Amino acid sequence: MARPDLARLQQLARECRVQILRMLTHAGSGHPGGSLSVADILVTLYFHRMRYDPARPGWEERDRLVLSKGHCVPAQYCCMARAGFFPESQLITLRKLGSPLQGHPDRVMLPGIEAATGSLGQGLSIAVGMALGLKLGGKAARVYCVVGDGEIQEGQVWEAAMSAPQLGQPAHALDNLCVIVDYNKIQLDDHVRNILDLEPLVDKWKSFGWPVLDIDGHDFAQIDKALDHAEAIKGKPTFVVAHTVKGKGVSFMEDEPEWHGKAPKPAEAIRAIGEILGDPLPAWAQAVVGEIERLEKR
Amino acid sequence: MAAKASRAAFGEALLELGATDERIVTVDADLSKSTMTAKFAKAYPSRAFNVGIAESTMIGMAAGLALTGRVPFACSFACFLVGRFETIRVSVAYTQAPVKLVGTHVGVAIGEDGYTQMGLEDIACIRALPNIPIVQPADELETRQAVAWAVGHPGPVYLRLTRQSLEPVHEDGYRFRFGLAEVLRPGHDVTIVASGGPLWNCLEAAERLAAQGVVAEVVNVATIKPLDEETILGSAGKTGRVVTVEDHGVHGGLGGAVAELLGEVMPTPLRRLGVTGFGESGDPRGLYAKHGLDPDGIAESVLKFLHR
Repeated sequence: MARPDLARLQQLARECRVQILRMLTHAGSGHPGGSLSVADILVTLYFHRMRYDPARPGWEERDRLVLSKGHCVPAQYCCMARAGFFPESQLITLRKLGSPLQGHPDRVMLPGIEAATGSLGQGLSIAVGMALGLKLGGKAARVYCVVGDGEIQEGQVWEAAMSAPQLGQPAHALDNLCVIVDYNKIQLDDHVRNILDLEPLVDKWKSFGWPVLDIDGHDFAQIDKALDHAEAIKGKPTFVVAHTVKGKGVSFMEDEPEWHGKAPKPAEAIRAIGEILGDPLPAWAQAVVGEIERLEKR
Repeated sequence: MAAKASRAAFGEALLELGATDERIVTVDADLSKSTMTAKFAKAYPSRAFNVGIAESTMIGMAAGLALTGRVPFACSFACFLVGRFETIRVSVAYTQAPVKLVGTHVGVAIGEDGYTQMGLEDIACIRALPNIPIVQPADELETRQAVAWAVGHPGPVYLRLTRQSLEPVHEDGYRFRFGLAEVLRPGHDVTIVASGGPLWNCLEAAERLAAQGVVAEVVNVATIKPLDEETILGSAGKTGRVVTVEDHGVHGGLGGAVAELLGEVMPTPLRRLGVTGFGESGDPRGLYAKHGLDPDGIAESVLKFLHR
């Protein structure tokens, strides 16, 4: 795959983060911390790696993304809107009655979402089935599954982890599957290490037979290189441990468990947008800020 | 036709259908010998996947396979399969993945293994989901046709199958039609609604009742959901008394479905026969007798009900 345009990805990620804050502020609820931590991974997937056609979300040759950590779907909605699946004006309908932008991903209401997720621990099993189904159907498409770190505590994840490297061997080995953990080290109640530590995470997955890559999940070049590497590995699915920062890009949200599942107030969102884009704000962001200011006055 | 377990008829039907339909795949959790998909796995090894004792992943994988155009049959004992309810709820039902869920070893009729292996709440659980139909065939012929129907059905399906052999209740030429109940034996004094394992016993009970001057109408409900309201209301309107018979807990199963229908549309005196409390180890005949699901027990309950 061609080298990524890093400056472009960085700009798209900044836009994505602003849109996440915008949508959550309008919704008055949601999960900013993990949406911000996973943004760079999703931006790389949507704008550099995955093959898809927003006009034909059911195109059979498309690459699949299963966002198993479904509560961070705002980050995916932002990418999908920017990619042309639906208008960006629709982002502010997140979590509102009648909107296809459900609080957690809904495959039926929003074409382009591949599976309903949000009950943690289920997405990897679906991704494994998809990877196998694509192999059986003779498709070259790849499956990406993004899991949360806290989510890995679910037993079903380990069931699937044990299966995937062995399934379909040798003719239909799942080397079309790449699992990425958004390792931001915080879950709802507290830091992961204080709830149920995952370490040594790399060794655990290796011992299940997965090739494992350990990267900085905010470094686009590293993310891209890992996905290149995963694509080159034959006969096995690949697991990527992407170290990230919860609430990335917003000083008062970074590494703070309280921002796992709390929407910013309008003033907080405006401050956060200022931090992400710097001064002066481009015209589109000024419009977003104006919209949020009107929200506060209401 | 000889008596045959519906799981055995299922295994044979799947083997036959798999010969011409490349889309069919099986996903098992170390019970393929019991669910009878082992024959399919032997004939088509590249289309049969055993994930080990991991039912949640079996169900999720089946969803992924279904969403990429395969026709997956995810099979286990009903209690272990539906025991992973939340995975069925989100990965299959809400996702609208056309997975064919097959729950075998239903009811107390599995016998000696006892309660932990008995599917006794599975109908109630799947009934609570908006979009998964429930089909419980009553003999070999009906099972084979229900399996063929499931392959062609565009959505998810729950097939409920027995461990024990089932005496044939249908004649050659019978056609299973999804969503339709069937009056197996006409009558006018009482309606007996049943499906699956105890159905043949209901026909036997109707013979005994006839000897005592009670003409019972026996209705086979192969499709428990959606329920054939017209046939059941028609029969209940004619007889004025309804008894439901099932090898499932009395709460939320076939009896529950019939009670909801009658209660809303045409309140009719109703008696629900089924399993109360937990099951236990024992020989299957003894267990049916204990729970009043054998011909004598059914006939006795009907008589008591009519003469109360």
